[in-house]
Amino acid sequence: MISILLSRLRQGHRTLPYPKALPTLPERFRGLPAVNASRCPDGCRTCAEACPTEAIRIEEKGPRIDLGRCLFCPDCVEACPEGAISFTRDHRLSVREREDLHLGPGAELRLAGALEGELMRLFGRSLKLRVVSAGGCNGCEVDVNVLSTVAWDLGRFGIQIVASPRHADGLVVCGPVTRNMEEGLRKTWEAMPEPRIVIAVGSCALSGGPFHHRPEQLGGAAAVVPVDLFIPGCPPHPLTILDGLLRLLGRLEKVGTTSRTL
Amino acid sequence: MSVPFVSTRNGLPVSLADLPFIPTPEFREGILDRVREGFRLAALFADDGPSLWAVLADDDTGTLQVGRTHLSQPSFAALTPKCPQAHLFEREIAEQFGIIPTGHPWLKPVRFHRPWNEGPDAWGRAGEPRPGVMDFYTVSGEEVHEVAVGPVHAGVIEPGHFRFQCHGEHVFHLEIALGYQHRGIERAFLAGPHPLSLKQAETLAGDTSIGHAWAYCMALEGLVGRSLSPRVDRVRGVALELERMANHVGDLGALAGDVGFLPTASYCGRIRGDWLNLSAEVCGSRLGRDWLRPGGLRHELDPGLAERMLPRVEKAWADTQDAVELLWGAASVMNRFEAAGKVDPAQAKDAGLVGVALRACGHPRDVRKDHPFGPYTAHPVAPAIAESGNVHARAWVRWNELKESHRHLAEALEALGRSPAEAAPEPLPPLALERFVVALTEGWRGEILHAAVTDGEGRFARYKVVDPSFHNWFGLALALRGEQISDFPLCNKSFNLSYCGHDL
Repeated sequence: MISILLSRLRQGHRTLPYPKALPTLPERFRGLPAVNASRCPDGCRTCAEACPTEAIRIEEKGPRIDLGRCLFCPDCVEACPEGAISFTRDHRLSVREREDLHLGPGAELRLAGALEGELMRLFGRSLKLRVVSAGGCNGCEVDVNVLSTVAWDLGRFGIQIVASPRHADGLVVCGPVTRNMEEGLRKTWEAMPEPRIVIAVGSCALSGGPFHHRPEQLGGAAAVVPVDLFIPGCPPHPLTILDGLLRLLGRLEKVGTTSRTL
Repeated sequence: MSVPFVSTRNGLPVSLADLPFIPTPEFREGILDRVREGFRLAALFADDGPSLWAVLADDDTGTLQVGRTHLSQPSFAALTPKCPQAHLFEREIAEQFGIIPTGHPWLKPVRFHRPWNEGPDAWGRAGEPRPGVMDFYTVSGEEVHEVAVGPVHAGVIEPGHFRFQCHGEHVFHLEIALGYQHRGIERAFLAGPHPLSLKQAETLAGDTSIGHAWAYCMALEGLVGRSLSPRVDRVRGVALELERMANHVGDLGALAGDVGFLPTASYCGRIRGDWLNLSAEVCGSRLGRDWLRPGGLRHELDPGLAERMLPRVEKAWADTQDAVELLWGAASVMNRFEAAGKVDPAQAKDAGLVGVALRACGHPRDVRKDHPFGPYTAHPVAPAIAESGNVHARAWVRWNELKESHRHLAEALEALGRSPAEAAPEPLPPLALERFVVALTEGWRGEILHAAVTDGEGRFARYKVVDPSFHNWFGLALALRGEQISDFPLCNKSFNLSYCGHDL
């Protein structure tokens, strides 16, 4: 018993002060991408061709990145001869509409706004989530799970992961939704009481991710259930996931736009 | 041993011209003979030839014996009755190509998909197979009952279906039906390497990104004859051992949580993050994504960074020791760990278990020692073993592996702090034509195998992945025999196997 108490003293209190203070992210962390389109030579398609998930489309004003497809790998950065494309360390990436993830040159990411009306009244101070992995690689799953550790302590925000869809207000989906999980995902959603929300976590759940061209999967959660919050990343950093959840509950800035422009 | 299997080593390709098609009966006898002599069946798979390929590992000499046979008809006499470790491979062969292993005692689907070649389904299933629909083993009798769990489970965990045959709390048998996570990864590699192949290797079991990315890189590097500098090997070793640290710490915490011992559970949940964050310092990703690339590294671990990481490693290690050592002094923990989930050592070997689960049964098998790759020839690690085969043994093996990984990490970071960073590697040239290569790494769960066959244009004609979970799920079933159903979560956590790594 004494060893447990001594260990308790040594381990101390380690819950992160977020959202009062931001935890330090690694220098090489790849968050929101930024494009300086003025550097793009006419007709250059190098970044689009380098992107393994075809997340970049070249438009008149420059490259448009689909953050739903982006794996946040450095392929485009390494390929660009002009250094026009880079990743910032901005972890805030979540949006309410799938279209908002198409980030054109000069546009700002329209970050997720809060739930409204009855949904806000019901879930604003207490949100119970059921997590379903539907072909997820256990990357998004572990980084959702980590929010329940003492470091992040999800419970202090009134958010809790529950063991039954009957007890859940929201469904968190990871993975591209394999054909073999389509029924399991749909049944879980149907088993949840209304009103209910759906949160898609990770590029697989947003677009199929690295498997987007495979016939064994359906291209993400929206193929089966209506999605209310999209959290990009492969996998998203726990801070990105928590940022998305807190925005949905109106706990961060009311009007969410980043100061960074693309 | 007169049958012409070809001897090779980890990462060393064999020309297909030197790999004759062995007559099928002799191929079969050749495998059975070698397994009797103590070789392991590391892989057995088919292609559309139809041919069968076998990789037998001789762990004592560090050699791999490979052989292939052409099938004149879509069936062959099953090895499983005499060689139980073939059982899941043969089921997979039946499902992927409709090739029937006749006399297989347990011929059931593995991943619930149509055959690759659009030929007849081995079970005569029409249309898309429905996952989890198969003939489950049943026990009948008065008061015998069946408990079905999943595919969706009561936690943040991947899907799978479990059927327990019980009498009260007593479990006679557990049958595990997976396949829900099937994303078609082996087929996705065909005609590759593709731009997404490395990403798919990293995410085929996303908690083992380094283990699988390294095996993929090693296969490609073997096929172009690229050797790496000792420094690059050391950095890869740091990546792999950090992955092991994070996952073993997480597992020990989860085991503590399952027996209601909250101090270790809480601390380890947090400390696991400290190890993951060290990986993120190098490559930007907590899970080691985009760290490795074929031919070398995508993110160098430059001397300054190595120096900055070393004190953080020591801090995380001090916290880890403090948290984990509490387990061994807690009678309530020991009582539960020692009483649950015993696997018989002989059965573990017969069933072909690998990694932590096998070492917990007293077999000192570790790819880093037996088929050394990367830095492990020059900087060996000692395999950790335990004898009793139960939950405690699997926890104890993890603990001793943590100590060894910490030693390896600290030495590597110190060395990297003294040697200059290297330039990014040149892209690999096209792959050699008509070669077969086997690449093995020791991921935190156990042996990872990637095998590639190239065609006349240097593209993948077949790419085989064997995640350690593929071998070990049956071990979990063995561990549950005679146990109480309430001990399932504890036993399950002590294996902590991958669903997607199995389902591919």
